[in-house]
Parts: sequence; C-alpha cells; structure tokens
Amino acid sequence: MNQSIIQWFKFGSPQAFYPLAGRMIPWFWAAAAAFGIAGLWISFFVAPTDAQQGEGYRIIFVHVPASWMSMFIYLVMAFWAGLGLALNTRLSGMMAQSLAPTGALMAALSLWTGALWGKPMWGAWWVWDARLTSELILFFLYLGFMALQAAIDDPRRADKAGAILALVGVVNIPIIYFSVKWWNTLHQGSTINLTKAPSMAHTMLWGMLLMALCFWMYSIAVALTRVRAIILERERHTDWVKHAVE
Amino acid sequence: MQWNSAGEFFAMGGYAFYVWGSFGACALLMLAEPFLAKRRLSEVRQSLIRERLADELELQQKTS
Repeated sequence: MNQSIIQWFKFGSPQAFYPLAGRMIPWFWAAAAAFGIAGLWISFFVAPTDAQQGEGYRIIFVHVPASWMSMFIYLVMAFWAGLGLALNTRLSGMMAQSLAPTGALMAALSLWTGALWGKPMWGAWWVWDARLTSELILFFLYLGFMALQAAIDDPRRADKAGAILALVGVVNIPIIYFSVKWWNTLHQGSTINLTKAPSMAHTMLWGMLLMALCFWMYSIAVALTRVRAIILERERHTDWVKHAVE
Repeated sequence: MQWNSAGEFFAMGGYAFYVWGSFGACALLMLAEPFLAKRRLSEVRQSLIRERLADELELQQKTS
C-alpha cells in the first residue's frame, strides 16, 4: 500500500492519536481566539446598522455560525459513527461520542439566539415553523445519541447502537437546510448560497464568516480535548495508557 | 464606527436584552464546555496516576 496512506491509518489508532491530538489542541485554540477577536470586532464596530432591524440584527453573528456548526458537526459525527460501524475501528466511535455534546451545544445556542432574535422581529419567541422545528429535532437527535450511548455499558455496543441512530438522523440535515425553500416559513431564506451573490453588506458577510471560523476552530479544539479523555477512559487497562500519563 | 458613547454601545439601539442575551449565552456555554472537557481529561489522568502509584507500592511491598 502507498506509504502516505499507511501514515494516515497509523493515526487511526487511539495510541497514536492521543499525543497527536494533544499537540494540535493549542493551535486550534489560538486560531479560534484570533478569528473570534477579528469576528467580534467586525460584528460590533465595523458592520453597519441594518436599515430594517437596527442593531438587533447583530444576533446574526452568533446565530448563523451556531446553526451551521450544529448541522456540520452532525454530519461529521455521523461520518465517524458510520465509519466505525463499517470498519470496526476503535477511534471512530470515540470521535463520534466526543462530537455529540459540542453539536448539542451548538444546536442549543442556535435555538436560544433564534428565540432572542425572533421575539423582537417576529413578535414570538417560538413558532412551529419548518426551520425551527427541524432544528429542534436536531437538538433532540444529539440528546438521544448521548442518552443511548450512556445507557449501554459496553462501549463497543454503545458505538454500534449510536451509529445506527446517528445515520438514520442524517435525513434531518437536508430537511433543515432546505426547509426555507420547501415550505413557506416565517424564517428568512439563506443569506448565503452558492449560486447567487450574497444579499448583504460585505462587512456583515465577513463578520459572519470570521465568527463561523471561530466556532469551527472552537469545536475542533474542544472535541479533541474530550476525545483524549474518552481515549484514556476506554483504554485505561491497556499498557500504553499506563505509560502515557506521567 | 457608529457608536458615540459606551452607553449607546451597550444599549444596542434598544435591543440590548436580545443582543447581549445571545452573545452572553454563547460566551457562557463556550467557556463552560472547554472547562468541563479539560476537567474530565485531568480527572481520568489523575486516577490513572493514582492507579500506577498504587501498583508500584504493591510491587515494592511484595519484593521487600
């Protein structure tokens, strides 16, 4: 087999991944801080006041990144869960388990900031609209995944059961994404899409993208920290773990 | 920059509760989660270190 492919497989073992993750984490924190500072600066001091929503629109700078990450993390989690199910690799299940709480946090923030945006603009904290309801289902999928894994004692069996749930739940992601197109919803359409030029001021767009990068780097950093804990917890009876902690 | 004073900035054009409620919740959760993840890692590391010390102690007693 190709040498570079073998290199990648090497990091598929928890033993090799544990120190690698430890070395990567500080870089992701640094990137998250840098993007966060730049993003917040633009969010509050560069982006102009919105003609219709005044200063209230500034919620977009956390609402959109949290919503994107809630969907993206689910896809990554389902990918790892599916890989673990297909190839029976140990690290895949640990990665999926590590991502779930961060995804749930992003979904919760998306719903929370959405409610705080909806109240002044629509006059309601919550409406049973397609976009909001499918995002709520996503939040429950994360909670269900975590509860199911916590309820099964054998981690390998927990991985398998969780993987089935995660893979079935993937169907919800396109539903969230296209909900504003498929149904008449109160929620506004997407601000950014691949076919049209963005329908917002450039500075607003930059602020949103920088905040999204900050949330992205944050998610990687915190998921890597958690996966290190999970690796040690699950492999604690192996020889390498006994020597890994000094 | 569109703010003339700090008060105007914090007032957010009348949307202070909604804007700061959103950013505040994000800040709170995104500080709490890494804290909890780091604590979980250090807890398992501590317990592994204790386990190893106990093993070494046991070994010493057996040999002496």
